[in-house]
Amino acid sequence: MGQAAIELIGINKSFGAVHANRDINLEIPRGTIHGIVGENGAGKSTLMSILYGFYQADSGEIRVNGKPAAIKTSNDAIAAGIGMVHQHFMLVENFTVLENIILGAEGEALLKTSIAKARSELQRLEREYGLEVDPDAIIEELPVGIQQRVEILKALYRGAEILILDEPTGVLTPAEADHLFRILKQLKEQGKTVVLITHKLREIMAITDNVSVMRQGTMVATRETKKTTVEELAELMVGRRVLLRVEKGAANTGAVKLAVSNLTVRDQRGVTMVDDVSFEVRAGEIVGIAGVAGNGQSELIEAISGIRRAVSGSVLLDGKPIDVTGTADPGELRDRGLAHVPEDRHHVGLVLAFEENENSILGYHDDERYRKGLLLDIDAIRNDAKSKIEGYDIRPPDCRLKTANFSGGNQQKIVLAREMEQDPGVLIVGQPTRGVDVGAIEFIHKRLIAMRDQGKAVLLISVELDEIRSLSDRILVMFAGRIVGERGPEASEGELGLLMAGVEQREAAE
Amino acid sequence: MDIFNIIIQTLDSTLRLSVPLLLACLAGLYSERSGIFDIGLEGKMLVGAFAGAAAASVFHSAFIGLGMAILISISFAMIHGFASITHRGNQIVSGVAINFIAAGSTVILGQAWFQQGGRTPALAEGERFSPITLPGADAVKDIPVLGHLYSELLSGHSLIAYIAFAMVPITWWVLYRTRFGLRLRAVGENPAAVDTAGISVTWLRYRALLCTGVLTGLAGAYLSMTQNGGFVKDMTAGKGYIALAALIFAKWKPVNAMFACLLFGFLDALAIRLQGTPLPIIGKVPVQFMQALPYILTVVLLAGFIGKAIPPRAGGVPYVKER
Amino acid sequence: MSTPYAKLPAWADYGLIPLINLAVAFIVAGFVVLLVGENPLRAAAILVEGAFGRGQGIAFTLYYATTFIFTGLSVAVAVHCGLFNIGTEGQAYIAGLGVAVVCLTFDATLPWWLTFPLATLAAAAMGALWALLPAYLQAKRGSHIVITTIMFNFIAASIMVYLLVGMLKPPGSMAPQTRIFLEGAQLPKLNWVIELFGARVRSAPLNISFLLALLMAFLTWVLIWRTRLGYEIRTYGHSPKAARYAGISETRIIIITMMISGALGGMMALNPTMGDQHNVAIDFVSGAGFVGIAVALMGRSHPVGIVLAAILFGMLYQGGAELAFEMPAISRDMIVIIQGLVILFAGALEHMFRPSIQALFASFSPKSVGMAATKGKGA
Repeated sequence: MGQAAIELIGINKSFGAVHANRDINLEIPRGTIHGIVGENGAGKSTLMSILYGFYQADSGEIRVNGKPAAIKTSNDAIAAGIGMVHQHFMLVENFTVLENIILGAEGEALLKTSIAKARSELQRLEREYGLEVDPDAIIEELPVGIQQRVEILKALYRGAEILILDEPTGVLTPAEADHLFRILKQLKEQGKTVVLITHKLREIMAITDNVSVMRQGTMVATRETKKTTVEELAELMVGRRVLLRVEKGAANTGAVKLAVSNLTVRDQRGVTMVDDVSFEVRAGEIVGIAGVAGNGQSELIEAISGIRRAVSGSVLLDGKPIDVTGTADPGELRDRGLAHVPEDRHHVGLVLAFEENENSILGYHDDERYRKGLLLDIDAIRNDAKSKIEGYDIRPPDCRLKTANFSGGNQQKIVLAREMEQDPGVLIVGQPTRGVDVGAIEFIHKRLIAMRDQGKAVLLISVELDEIRSLSDRILVMFAGRIVGERGPEASEGELGLLMAGVEQREAAE
Repeated sequence: MDIFNIIIQTLDSTLRLSVPLLLACLAGLYSERSGIFDIGLEGKMLVGAFAGAAAASVFHSAFIGLGMAILISISFAMIHGFASITHRGNQIVSGVAINFIAAGSTVILGQAWFQQGGRTPALAEGERFSPITLPGADAVKDIPVLGHLYSELLSGHSLIAYIAFAMVPITWWVLYRTRFGLRLRAVGENPAAVDTAGISVTWLRYRALLCTGVLTGLAGAYLSMTQNGGFVKDMTAGKGYIALAALIFAKWKPVNAMFACLLFGFLDALAIRLQGTPLPIIGKVPVQFMQALPYILTVVLLAGFIGKAIPPRAGGVPYVKER
Repeated sequence: MSTPYAKLPAWADYGLIPLINLAVAFIVAGFVVLLVGENPLRAAAILVEGAFGRGQGIAFTLYYATTFIFTGLSVAVAVHCGLFNIGTEGQAYIAGLGVAVVCLTFDATLPWWLTFPLATLAAAAMGALWALLPAYLQAKRGSHIVITTIMFNFIAASIMVYLLVGMLKPPGSMAPQTRIFLEGAQLPKLNWVIELFGARVRSAPLNISFLLALLMAFLTWVLIWRTRLGYEIRTYGHSPKAARYAGISETRIIIITMMISGALGGMMALNPTMGDQHNVAIDFVSGAGFVGIAVALMGRSHPVGIVLAAILFGMLYQGGAELAFEMPAISRDMIVIIQGLVILFAGALEHMFRPSIQALFASFSPKSVGMAATKGKGA
């Protein structure tokens, strides 16, 4: 395999009390695709940001091609031949492709010659790697997959020999992801080194030569991909055997609580995100919606819960219509027994600057219980918060503490406690365990099952396929805004994966 | 006086009145294009005007005055940078602070140094910028229309006025044809993209504010050393805010900025000319209405009734490194 | 990382840091005094003596504070909703029209205790109305409220000048102001309260609108922290998305908040007109709306802090007047500089000294400085 392209020796990085990287050692051979996996918050992005000079390590050494490299800024990293494709693209949206590519690598003070040079260089890169893109297109008018290609071109234009990609497939459709992987393989054949950061094990198995696993800021293992399995990597990632299945009895379904028919939703750019979707959820069942992020799941639950206007279609709650295309309002729907645990608890489900007790009434602040005449009944609110803290084991048990100071898992419990304790007939849950520690995941899953067993209708959205499979009584798969299939909980991962990738649909179309 | 002369005179005062607006507006353009909101244009102009007139009268030199105007104006721009770039403070708050400090200190220091109630001594010939007669202006004066336009309208302005209008194509060229301009436009839209490209966001924004300081200094010097022969308390009288309105009106583009400033300058000139004179059909137009018109037009524009003004996307937000 | 700053104990956060910022502002102002060739310590002594030394000074200080409580509350209410109302100046100015109409209509027929509530309502209504359009444009059209309120300040000034040199001016008069109000629109003075404490007040404009200001400060506290509307305002101010999720209407909350803000700013008009000059004159607001920004920043948008900060600025205005008298080199414009410096150091540079103070605290007792354990979102 030859010399190492990158060696990291004893890297440490702390943010205040959080030890994000602890004594990291890593060797990445030249000309390989190296995967780095780990849960959210394991320290992968921090490590790569150090390598790219975005942060500086507190201690440790970086060697590039065997030579010690002092990487203090992104400039140093670029000079050392390291390029990075960030999870959120670092592109100027109203610039052309060409302008984005030369930004920071213009060469001289006047643009004329550098633009001409970039144009011809771009043609060369296009030939060599099959990276086709119109140099004069405006970034914001390009699809996400092409924007990512611009990011890769940016790195190559700067002469990157080592390319780091941070969660590159999170925003891609399966077809775009396939295309990306072909590009990465081509880069490898040309002798480039690729570092792929992801939490999707399937991608690791499909494309990498070696894989390193991070957990809670430490590097726990490095394996040759051929010689490992998904199961082993999953175990390394979480540190103990994953509890894939929650104990649950058979579903005892009742009347239809939520009926969605022919729902169509567009996003702010006017792109159709939910396309003619129909399904129903009955009392006493959990219906899971599986899909790659960005296939319309978020817009679907936002429309049902009154946060986003739908273009057409209808939704019935307990047989009575919700005006999803007109006046539906989250407050009104709460009164009618529809509770919603949103996907983004930091910006939507909670106000992080509030005290815990203030968040425990968010959305229910109009409720009789919290009122005393014209004023809020502060005592009632705090007592109510205290009882929820007890019931959901929220730590630290302090209802006056600022919400930002709780951990992710406890923040999620604050949201769940608020929504579940309203005793809603229908519960919509988005990404219930994203960024939540393993202990809390188990707790949350049990609570969701308990809701079902009490005869509530639960609609679950998650990008974690395992979560969908272990909780749901029925699984709907969403792809490109449509529901492309319905399966039982016994459906295999592979079968669902194909549906999520839109494979059936593509075959049908041909 | 015949109609032609009235028109020429109105246009001439339009040009004169729009010079400080244009300089301040372009100053704001550099700052806001880099993502730093600047409602402190007014204050920077004011200190520039004061420093220029004060230095010119002490050193008996217009150019030393101009240099001081620019220097002091830059240093106020740097205070804005220190607060809003280095310490990531609120840019609006910082701008308000600068306007106050400028309004107070020019009067206090003026009174302490010159004892003329906050004024600076009247500037003599050579201490101020006198009109420049363009080559051939006298020769063509008697040619009807064109010659007249040249000698009466285009000729006879001060150096700073010509600099102001020259700054329009220069700013356009800098913005769209140079590396600095590319980076400047980028940092106002997405500073993270600039940062990851290995360019210092901080340094880039400071350089933008440097340009702002130079231009507001010129604007101030024009007020106290060309339009007026000395500094008078609060002589900017809201011009910094009109320039801000013009910048929005121009949608942050240099050539548009010139037209917006000419329009607002024209409204001002018209207000002065029409004072008390009734117009056909409309009758007498209150001078206050003419004065408020730039602001009303800007509000109408902001309301989206005449096109849409989209500010630089990263404007007003301090840049914090985040993954 | 989203939390660059560690936690400090509340007293340091709300007491120590503002005090340090204030002290720095005054030290810099002291340098300006030096530059002018006067002794800053003596200037400070004259200032404090002028503001609090005699009953007369105290009454004037509280008279100015009344104005600043109104404008400070006006700015603060909007801040809680995440809005920067830079238009308090214009809202207060246009409210003078409401005061003028009520006073000129009723001052001959009604007693002050009927005119006062009517004028209060009129002032609040005009202020609210002047805030309504910028609020509507922000909520519905996305026009930046800072810019629109600046524009509205100038438009308000044009309208008031137009009216005061025209319609509102008594015929034959040259001065751009209304006629003097009759007794029915003159507010009773409060100077006797200070005299209760044994101090003498010759004549000072402190009047009962001071009590109205204190009442408004209390009501603002109730509104922000004890009512559902206040809860909604704060929710929207911290996170518009969370507000949407909670079923709070964006348009409604922006418009209501701005109208409350405008109404509070508008009430400022009562103090100098009915309370002091007994007419509505050109430029009677004279920057009080902008002082409100400084007051709200200093007071951390909390009514108690605002009352304290307003008294501080009242002291500056009154003491500054004395200072201008004692030291002719220092005119009242010195206050404008101090104001600017306070806004700079307590507002724009509020975090400048925080890191070093945190380090100081950490070195004394490492435990008191807990690091907020929130990680960046993409960790």
